[in-house]
Amino acid sequence: MIAERGTRIINLVQAVNEALDLALERDPRVVLFGEDVGKMGGVFRASDGLQPKYGDKRVFDTPLAESGIVGFAIGMAMAGLRPVAEIQFAGFLYPALDQILSHLGRMRHRTRGRFTIPLVIRAPYGGGVKTPEQHADSPEAILCHVPGVKVIIPSSPERAKGLLLSAIEDPDPVFFLEAIKLYRGVKAEVPEGYYTLPIGKARVVREGSAATLIAYGGMVEVCQKAAEVAAREGVELEVIDVETLVPLDTPTLVESVAKTGRAVVVYEAMRTGGFGAEIAARLAEEALDYLEAPIVRVAGWDAPYPPFSAVENFYRPDAKRVLEAVRQVLTH
Amino acid sequence: MDTVRYLDDDGKPLRDIPLSEEELLAGYRALRRARHFDERALVLQRQGRLGVYPPFRGQEAAQVGVALCLEPSRDWLLPSYRETAAAITFGMPLSKLILSWRADPAGWGAPPEVNMVQFYIPIATQVPQAAGVAHALRLQGKDAVAAVFIGDGGTSEGDFHEGLNFASVFDAPLLVVVQNNGWAISVPTQKQMKVQRIALKAQGYGIPGVTVDGNDLVAVWTVARKAAARARAGEGPTLIEALTYRVAPHTSSDDPGRYRTEDEAEAWKKRDPIDRMRGCLLHLGLWDEEKERALSEELEAEFVAAVEEADKASEPRPWEIVEQVYAEMQPDQQAAWNYLHGGEA
Ligand SMILES: Cc1ncc(C[n+]2csc(CCOP(=O)(O)OP(=O)(O)O)c2C)c(N)n1
Repeated sequence: MIAERGTRIINLVQAVNEALDLALERDPRVVLFGEDVGKMGGVFRASDGLQPKYGDKRVFDTPLAESGIVGFAIGMAMAGLRPVAEIQFAGFLYPALDQILSHLGRMRHRTRGRFTIPLVIRAPYGGGVKTPEQHADSPEAILCHVPGVKVIIPSSPERAKGLLLSAIEDPDPVFFLEAIKLYRGVKAEVPEGYYTLPIGKARVVREGSAATLIAYGGMVEVCQKAAEVAAREGVELEVIDVETLVPLDTPTLVESVAKTGRAVVVYEAMRTGGFGAEIAARLAEEALDYLEAPIVRVAGWDAPYPPFSAVENFYRPDAKRVLEAVRQVLTH
Repeated sequence: MDTVRYLDDDGKPLRDIPLSEEELLAGYRALRRARHFDERALVLQRQGRLGVYPPFRGQEAAQVGVALCLEPSRDWLLPSYRETAAAITFGMPLSKLILSWRADPAGWGAPPEVNMVQFYIPIATQVPQAAGVAHALRLQGKDAVAAVFIGDGGTSEGDFHEGLNFASVFDAPLLVVVQNNGWAISVPTQKQMKVQRIALKAQGYGIPGVTVDGNDLVAVWTVARKAAARARAGEGPTLIEALTYRVAPHTSSDDPGRYRTEDEAEAWKKRDPIDRMRGCLLHLGLWDEEKERALSEELEAEFVAAVEEADKASEPRPWEIVEQVYAEMQPDQQAAWNYLHGGEA
């Protein structure tokens, strides 16, 4: 289907913008809001041009209050709309954690399906672009630890567009985290028009036999880079883009590890309690028989992400650190 | 609700000024010092020698007037990212502030004699903390107050409400200063709230609320001094709304052209707090061009020395990422430290 369409080369923010535009056009229940989302079109321009096109009833600025934004969105979703709320940076989800932990994922359950929350919460996350303190946080593990929500982190413009449209169609709450580093950092061919991609499927983005690198969002390109370097030395690494963290596509991960026998899990959040720990646990549960070396995690250090200083590249995993881990699993 | 003013738009006194000549001169100097830093910091930012920088141009009086009422080793200051001017006046060394906006850890900790918490980045979290600081000062029998700053946008957060209610219920010796600068990035104050005066919110907490001309140093200083005296007397917190304007972009990364025309900013530039204070001094015969020139030279020399001092600290030190996470370094941080220091993980 998708292959037959025309494509253009655009970046990830433009892909998000297109998806939002198409969703607003297609479904009159879709409303878009958050801080600086309306008039300004978002601090990263994800909603650029959408308020003039759809009016300020459907695309609007809210007061500066994340708990308010998420609570308001939950209410609107319960009452029949399809809100897409933006939290300006994922590190500013924290004031909304009460709404998220107490209600977002529980409403269907606690009303036995009488009220549901078809809500998408988008937030830019992650580092690599020298942002100030707390603007580079990767809080996905916290979100994955909430019952009843789905969590998606795309790694390319094409995936972002199709997955965001799927998220907006989804009957349950979805967190959609967009890597700030990829917003303008990658440009790729993106199909025109409306299309959806399946939620809950991981993808093999590079085939290899020596070891499996498992990543999502901004870390996928880091793993691809590492795989290119390794290939020059004759080591073929498989790279998997998890894409949907919840629900996790464990079979695709297990299948790859069954082939390679070695796994390196890469994420930029701090290591302890990070989502990579969940991936490692699933592999320990379901792929232990195939493993020829312990699973290794490459992650941020157990410390706050350092703000825009010269040292952020020492916090955020890079190809060098991934390759060190590869060496570790290969020489075990 | 009236706005407290002492100076007209040109700086001519509208009524008796309750400050001494020395105070007026010190106040003007503090304003100029802050402005000088802001202008030079923007230049450093453009040269890539600072990170993202939030300028405060036009808001100097609203910050300086409050900081002038505080004593840094006794009182406390909890500023947001916008309040570099308050930090300067409160006694933070300029070199530390340069390092701070360079995101170098060497700039993050205030010297022991300055009770300033590092600039708050998440909006409004400082308000309940400031109430706690103020209450603790009182419980310990200290004759001290805390001052916390927030923007108009920040008043929408739940923490603003919770912090004010706590401060009020416990009669905490706290100055809550809202710099109403017209904008929260792209959202104008009128879209942030329906209430006409942020100071009116004080009624909801049963505490005094005052709106002051935030570009009038004499007015801000006088109002803050009264609020501090009230707090020290055990009578509780005051909400001060300083009416001002963010004439500059939100930060060095912002393009205001996407959400506002500059006519309003131009009008506010005519009410510049520094020009007004100079106008006041000239009117009172306390100032001349010679003094102005000498002050400029002095401030430039001070800034140049501060940059030199800051540059000494600026070799990247990646292992500092995992320092000061705990009082005692734990095994995971130690392993990371060894790795970042060039050894093995
Ligand atoms: C909890 C939180 N949400 C969002 C942001 C992003 N943000 C930074 S500044 C700002 C606007 C703040 O406006 P205001 O409180 O009026 O202060 P000003 O910047 O005008 O001084 C926003 C939304 C943040 N830093 N923290």
